[in-house]
Amino acid sequence: MARAVFLLVAAVAVGSALGLILRRNAIHGALFLVVNLGSIAALYLMMGAEFLAAAQVIVYAGAIMVLFVFAIMVLIPGKEEIGPDPHRRARLAALPVGALLFVLLVLVVGRRWAGPAATTTASGTPDAVGRLLFTSYLFPFELTSVLLLAAMVGVLVLARRRA
Amino acid sequence: MVPESYYSSLSAVLFTIGVVGVVVRRNPLVIFMSIELMLNAANLALVAFGQRFGNLDGQAVVFFVMAVAAAEVAVGLAIIVSIFRVRRRLSVDDLSLMRW
Repeated sequence: MARAVFLLVAAVAVGSALGLILRRNAIHGALFLVVNLGSIAALYLMMGAEFLAAAQVIVYAGAIMVLFVFAIMVLIPGKEEIGPDPHRRARLAALPVGALLFVLLVLVVGRRWAGPAATTTASGTPDAVGRLLFTSYLFPFELTSVLLLAAMVGVLVLARRRA
Repeated sequence: MVPESYYSSLSAVLFTIGVVGVVVRRNPLVIFMSIELMLNAANLALVAFGQRFGNLDGQAVVFFVMAVAAAEVAVGLAIIVSIFRVRRRLSVDDLSLMRW
């Protein structure tokens, strides 16, 4: 049962990822990416990472994708993908190179790992993850706030109209 | 229970699609979205391995990756918008200079 659900969600994830890179229209790509991020949130739920599933939907599918759609609306892209491609041969070479990368990744990452399986299942409830973030990961957590502040100031400087 | 090698294989598939997207597309916004796809594939692998070894540290790292991705998207989109203001074009093939 769990396997069938996994295969279904995985098919949605792979299909939407392919849609992102195959469709010309950037808005369609953004919507495909939202579907992809949502299916990854569903996989987090299946693994028991409830906090991350919620954060994925709120931060990625909510905030970050709204930013992307804003940028697409401001810039109205679309003309750069049509017309003759000066680097066509290099782009065609991406397919065999991508296939090679995939084989390498599966060999390294997708194999069965040696060693005993976990006896206890880690449940990623907001309670447990919050406790971890505010104890052993307190310093990186505080550093994150500085990073976000720096990003905000940097965006303001970049977006300011020069008089 | 789904074995974690399924999750890591799916993560490899998504990461490869992201890499191919970065290479074949000419629109910087789509390239950016492919980078997000790669970050998410890595996050999926992190959570899967964390479950495999029964601790939560993988999930904490994923939280930080999300925060960094948010900052990266904000700054990156601002850079793309300001390039568009100067160049009036959006193809990455035009952007072969380090400065102008």
